[in-house]
Amino acid sequence: MTRRRSPYPYWFVLPAAVVFVTLFLVPTVASLWFSLTRWDLFEAHFIGLDNYRQFFKEPFLVQGLVNTLIYAVLTSGTKSVLGLLLAVLLTSGILWQGFLRSVVFFPVLVSTIGVGITFAALMHPTKGAINVALAYVGIDGPAWLSDPGLALYSVAFIDLWKGVGLATLIYIAGLAAISPDYYEAARIDGATRVQQFWRVTVPLVRPATVTVVTLSLIGGLRSFDIIWATTKGGPGFASDVLASVIYKQYQAGFYGLATAGNVILFALIAIIILPLTWWFNKREVDL
Amino acid sequence: MSTSFSRARRRNMGIAATAVAFVVFILPFLFTFLMAVKTKKEAALFLFSWPSEWHFWANLTEVIKARNYMLLLAYFNSTVITVAAVAGLVVFGAMVGYVLQRRPSGWNRVIYAGVLMGLMVPPAVVPTIWVLQGLGLFKTIHGMVLIQVAYGLAFSVLLYRSFIGTIPRDLDEAAIIDGAKPLAIFFKVILPLLKPVTVTLIVVQSIAIFNDFTNPLYYLPGKDNVTVQLTLFNFQSQFQSQFNLLFMNILLVTIPPLLVFIFFNRQIVAGMTAGAVKG
Repeated sequence: MTRRRSPYPYWFVLPAAVVFVTLFLVPTVASLWFSLTRWDLFEAHFIGLDNYRQFFKEPFLVQGLVNTLIYAVLTSGTKSVLGLLLAVLLTSGILWQGFLRSVVFFPVLVSTIGVGITFAALMHPTKGAINVALAYVGIDGPAWLSDPGLALYSVAFIDLWKGVGLATLIYIAGLAAISPDYYEAARIDGATRVQQFWRVTVPLVRPATVTVVTLSLIGGLRSFDIIWATTKGGPGFASDVLASVIYKQYQAGFYGLATAGNVILFALIAIIILPLTWWFNKREVDL
Repeated sequence: MSTSFSRARRRNMGIAATAVAFVVFILPFLFTFLMAVKTKKEAALFLFSWPSEWHFWANLTEVIKARNYMLLLAYFNSTVITVAAVAGLVVFGAMVGYVLQRRPSGWNRVIYAGVLMGLMVPPAVVPTIWVLQGLGLFKTIHGMVLIQVAYGLAFSVLLYRSFIGTIPRDLDEAAIIDGAKPLAIFFKVILPLLKPVTVTLIVVQSIAIFNDFTNPLYYLPGKDNVTVQLTLFNFQSQFQSQFNLLFMNILLVTIPPLLVFIFFNRQIVAGMTAGAVKG
C-alpha cells in the first residue's frame, strides 16, 4: 500500500524558506540578544539594558526617535490627503488626464538619491532655484535644509514630492472600484459635489486609504536614503531619524547600540501598525 | 464622475493642472538635465538657466571614464544583482504562492506570519552582516542577491498567491492524471500561465532593486562592488565642485527606470496597486 503523494509538496517552500530564515529571521531574532551587548562583531559582552538606557537618555538619540514619529505621521498624512485629492481630480475626465497621471507618478520610479541631490541644489539657501524664484516676488526664502528648525520638514516635503504619485495611483484604483450607481443615487437625492465627496467617495474608498496609510507609515518610519542624500541627519542632529541614527552608530562601530536602535524601530512600527490594522479591520465590520 | 463636469470646465481644469504639474514635477527634471549639460563653472552657479555652452558629450564621456570607468562597473554589478535577484523572486515566490494556495493546512498560518513580518519588520542590519560574514557572503555580489531575494519574497508570495487562485485546479488535475511529477506540473503548466503577474513582478522588483541604496551601502561595501546608486553618493562626496558630472550621473541613473516606465506602464500600475482595492 503506498500513500498517494500530494502534487503540491511542501519542499516547494524550502528554497524560499532557507533564504528568508537565514538572512531575515535569524538576524531579527539575533538582534534581540545583540542589542543587550557591547559588540564588535566577534565578541559580545552582555551589558543588560544599557544600550536601551542610552537610547532614551542621550538627547540626540531621543530627538531621532521624536523626529521619526513626526516625519512618518507628516509624510503619511500629506500623502494620503493629497493622494486622494489628486486621484479625484485625475479621474474626473479633465484634459490630458493620462499624461498628468504619468507625470505625477514618475518620481516614484526614479532614484531617491538622485532626487535628494537635485532638491538639495534647488533648496540651496542663496543660489537655489526655489529661493531665487521667491526673491523675484520679494520673499526672503529660508535655508530649507540647513535651518535646524526646518530641515526635517523640508526633507518630508521632498519625500512627499517623490511618493505622492504612489498614493494617487492606489487611490485611482480604489475609485475605479466604486460603482457609479452610488454617485447617481446621491445626485438624484440632490447631493452637492462636496457632499458626494464626503458621503460617497471617502467612505467607499476605505480599502485604498488603509493601504496608503499603512504603506506610507511603514515607509516613513523606516525612511533613510532620502534623509541621507539631503541632510545626513543634520544640521547637527536636527533631522536625524532612527534609521540614520542606526547607520551612524554602525559607522562608529557601536554595533550593540545600532542593533538596539533597530529593535526600537521594530517595536515602534509594531506599536503603531498593529493597533492601526486592528482598528481598520474592526471598522470594516461596522459598515 | 466623468460626466459631471462640463466640457469647457474639464478643458480649463486640465490646462490649469498641467501648468501646476509642469512647475512642480517637470521643472526639477529639466533642472537636472540642464545641470548635466553645463560646463563645470556654470553648473557650480546652480542657476536655473539655459546652458551657454552645451557639454553633453564631453560630460557624458567624462563621467563614464571617471575613476577608471567606475560607472560601467556599477552598471554591470547592478544589472547582475537585479537580474539574479528577480529570477530568484519569481521562481521561489511562485513556488510558495502555489503550495500556499493549493494546499491549505496548518503551515499556511506560519507562512502568512513570515510574509507579514517580511512586509513590516525593518531588517536588523548589523546582525545580518554578522550572519553574512559567518557564511562568507559579506561584501559579495551573490550575498547581495540573496539579501534582495530575502527582502522581496513577502511581496512576491502575496502577488503570486492571489493570482494562482484564478487558475482553475482542473489544469493541475489533468496533468496529474497524465502522470506528470509535481516539478513538471509547476514549471510546464502553472508557471507559464502566471506570465502576466510575473511580468508585473519583474518590472516592479527590478526598479526597486536597481534603485536600492541602503542595502548595498550596508552589505556591499568596497569599490569593486560599487552599484549604480552608490556612484551618485561617491560622486557627491568626492567631486564636490563638479556638479555637471554629478547631475550627468543622475541623468544616466534615471534612464533605465524611464525606459521601463514607458514600455511597462500597465504592469507597474498593476503591481503597485495589488491589494489596494480588495480591502
